[in-house]
Amino acid sequence: MAAIEMKHIVKQYGDGFPAVNDVSLDIADGEFMILVGPSGCGKSTLLRMIVGLEDITSGDMVIGGKRVNDKAPRERNLSMVFQNYALYPHLSVFENIAFPLRLAKTPDAEVDRLVREAADVLELHEHLDRKPANLSGGQRQRVAMGRAIVRQAEAFLFDEPLSNLDAKLRGQMRTEISRLQRRLGITTVYVTHDQMEAMTLGDRVCVLRKGKIQQVASPRELYEQPVNLFVAGFIGSPPMNFLPATPQNGGLSTPFGTIKLDERRAAAVTGRDLLLVGIRPEYFEDASLVDEAKLPLGSLFRARVDVTEWLGDSQFAYIPYEAPDAIRNQLRDLSRELDAEELRTQAIVSIDSTSRIREGRDAEFWLDSRKVHVFDPTTGENLTRDAEAGAALTRMAAEDRVEQMEDAKSGSGGTTSVGAA
Amino acid sequence: MSRREKTWWWIAGVVILLYCLFPIAWIVSLSFKAPADIANQQFLPTTPTGENYSAILTGSASDLFMPALRNSFGICLIATFISCILSMFAAYAIARLDFPGKKLILSAALGVAIFPVISIVTPLFNLWRQIGLYDTWLGLIIPYLSLTLPLSIWTMSAFFREIPWEMEQAAQVDGATTWQAFRKVIVPLATPGVFTTAIIAFFIAWNDFAYGISLTSTSAARPVPAALGLFSGASQFEDPTGAIAAAAVIVTIPVVVLVLLFQRRIVAGLTNGAVKG
Repeated sequence: MAAIEMKHIVKQYGDGFPAVNDVSLDIADGEFMILVGPSGCGKSTLLRMIVGLEDITSGDMVIGGKRVNDKAPRERNLSMVFQNYALYPHLSVFENIAFPLRLAKTPDAEVDRLVREAADVLELHEHLDRKPANLSGGQRQRVAMGRAIVRQAEAFLFDEPLSNLDAKLRGQMRTEISRLQRRLGITTVYVTHDQMEAMTLGDRVCVLRKGKIQQVASPRELYEQPVNLFVAGFIGSPPMNFLPATPQNGGLSTPFGTIKLDERRAAAVTGRDLLLVGIRPEYFEDASLVDEAKLPLGSLFRARVDVTEWLGDSQFAYIPYEAPDAIRNQLRDLSRELDAEELRTQAIVSIDSTSRIREGRDAEFWLDSRKVHVFDPTTGENLTRDAEAGAALTRMAAEDRVEQMEDAKSGSGGTTSVGAA
Repeated sequence: MSRREKTWWWIAGVVILLYCLFPIAWIVSLSFKAPADIANQQFLPTTPTGENYSAILTGSASDLFMPALRNSFGICLIATFISCILSMFAAYAIARLDFPGKKLILSAALGVAIFPVISIVTPLFNLWRQIGLYDTWLGLIIPYLSLTLPLSIWTMSAFFREIPWEMEQAAQVDGATTWQAFRKVIVPLATPGVFTTAIIAFFIAWNDFAYGISLTSTSAARPVPAALGLFSGASQFEDPTGAIAAAAVIVTIPVVVLVLLFQRRIVAGLTNGAVKG
């Protein structure tokens, strides 16, 4: 186990294109760090530089206190799970898992013990004699993980390990990985383009865009205090809504009426002309279902609903709005960068599943203005970010992690026993 | 496929098969004919005889044939082995590494492969005589390598390209050196490719006539195709047709055996299950 430090890491390809540009990141010992971003943001390149499959153009890669820039992958003692698993098809599951031990010339008895231990953890017992070709996708995935955990590696590296599984299996493996990491307490770096995996797995998440770090923080901080438009749009599903806004005596005038701002936010936006206000879908509600006591905390507006989606536990409504051309182009560029294709300017609002709001009709909505963020449309900077509150959230996550690790070590697992008396 | 279509495919298949196999059947039939029977103007021998076979294996022609068979086997196996090993390394480098002159090597290999053998035989004959390689095994192995290597490199690099690079990277992360990754992961995965290449290379060497006839003079190194050309009848007025047919049948057997033996190995698809389904 070891901490990983990256200092001003740069990766330039032959044509001078910087795939990773001046990345500095400290990953604590035992921490679960997620590298996330849209395709082409350099997250996989960064991971491959940690493991040594990609040369580092400049900067320092320090693992466990030693600079490893010039070390071959096998000298770094890291284990990695590849996106397509990269199992050895000519070897049985047992030999696949044993491969790193065999290379290290481990005695046979020891190999047998360690492989069976790993197989226990991953429930691969009955498959040990089979060839990878005869396994299902989820089993192959577990074999790949078995090969990673069988030896005492300094850190685990995952390169989009779940992207080839179907949705249900992905959910299961996600919890499995999370449990495994807590139990083994090994530093883990996990690359994904799926913000859901990022949010659920990570102690901290590093959001990358075009080879540059945008923000490194706990999932909660990313969600509540995003540093810029990109992070705000990337984290959260359905994504945050961005509405054009102009400041107006202590509030913001938007297509959905005037939004009141508290003093701190109002001060941050004074003297500006055109702004973008970011509102998460769940800050909206069907006005008829809002508690009397909560009503004064937000503002009411009427709008025409285009489409509604009822999902049983929740409901989404799509509300189109008009935006100036400049803002419209800006938003289109952003959505394209986030691997989405937004065709029209519309707000997605989450309303209670019991709401009877109908498609094609006007309806009254309530907007919770306490948590909205205001962005500068040209730089994308979040003008109302509360750095203090954000840092507090990340600190809390770090404390949680330490506590969980200690729990795991003391062996008081988390399982609730039923009828144990 | 409709029934009608199926029937046509079957008919076409049988016709092609007959067309290909008829000459072989003819040779086999010829090899069982006695010298007087050769011109009997019918497909089957009047009275089948093993006389031709005994002539080349133990009788008058055995002095010519048996050493030639030994030479052919020895020379072709050695040439195949060396060409497989060399082309494995070359193809690996070509498939994996980006180095200047990669295109040049590949096109040069192709150039060598299509270069007419006959134009190089005479200079080689002179050179070999000067340096003492004339009429030796090595004197044939070297030109055979020039025939087999280019094709081996091409086929082998096609196979190597099919192997996902992640395999090797995974091995390196697991603690393997480049050589270990190559030997323990890449080579086993490339086995079908290696066998295919080996068989192609063996055929090329086995079938060569031009080098065999010009670079040898005695049974010290003369291969079978060249020896066949030197067969003579019992008298100068008699064609050694029967003996040649018998020898042709015998030299065909190893080729058939080889293909049958490795047929299952050649079937690709060993990489199944390596990566996502």
